[in-house]
Amino acid sequence: MDDIDRRIINALQGGFPIVERPFAAAAEALGLAEAELLARIKALREAGTISRFGPMWHAEKMGGGLTLTAMKVPAERFDEVADIVNSFPEVAHNYAREHALNMWFVVATERPERIAEVLAEIEARTGLPVHDMPKTEEFFVGLRFEA
Amino acid sequence: MSILDDIDRAIVRATQDGLPLVERPYHAVAEVVGTAPEDVMARMERLLAAGVIRRIGLVPNHYALGYRFNGMTVWDVADTDISEAGRLVGGLDFVSHCYHRPRHPPEWPYSLFAMIHARERDAADALVAEIATVLGSLSRGHLVLFSSRILKKTGLRV
Repeated sequence: MDDIDRRIINALQGGFPIVERPFAAAAEALGLAEAELLARIKALREAGTISRFGPMWHAEKMGGGLTLTAMKVPAERFDEVADIVNSFPEVAHNYAREHALNMWFVVATERPERIAEVLAEIEARTGLPVHDMPKTEEFFVGLRFEA
Repeated sequence: MSILDDIDRAIVRATQDGLPLVERPYHAVAEVVGTAPEDVMARMERLLAAGVIRRIGLVPNHYALGYRFNGMTVWDVADTDISEAGRLVGGLDFVSHCYHRPRHPPEWPYSLFAMIHARERDAADALVAEIATVLGSLSRGHLVLFSSRILKKTGLRV
């Protein structure tokens, strides 16, 4: 990652234009050529420096379901349970965390009713309780990271 | 509840893994969806204005940028104080997400969640201390759960 990559990451965490050739427009603002910006974003994506490029959808405003859940997984079953949890396409993120509740994952579904079904299926397949912690209120979402 | 029609949903499906990295990405989406590029762009403008699209751009892998200390800070705040506490903590410029979530007593008394990110452990600790100062007596106890491993990270899928 060089200085140009850093400028791209810092500049493009939002505000990507909706026009016929958005990479050309974004590249111009960065003083780059369209082809170079595209190639660099592809390379950053392939290297895993950026995990996504595109619209960030707001699950609840799309009419879908979204929740954060936590499980207390015995250490010797951790990988096996992670495989089961991750096999659900509705599981968007899953993090190991240092606490008795050591597995925290986000479930996003097209239909809100599907959340309860997914959690019940995970409980059935793992034999472990899932603690459901859907947000009651959102105070802030959206920090940009500095590269 | 949902303000999306079938074409909007097709756009969501076509972009949930991201925009195609080509010169005319909205045209490529339009081809998949089976509508005009102008229609895709007009719909995405509308969805962005309505907040259904939070933003369009890249999502850095914060670990790759050196943010190794990603802490979920959780605070036990009385239900009557939660709005004030959320406003205070959500307004801090280093907090990436801030939510009120249900507590699960007695195991889990925490109701206010705030995510922090730092490159060094000391810096993370300083951010937690700053939240504690801002909350003062509104917090009856707190924990920081650092993520030790990303087990899965994909975009939302519908």
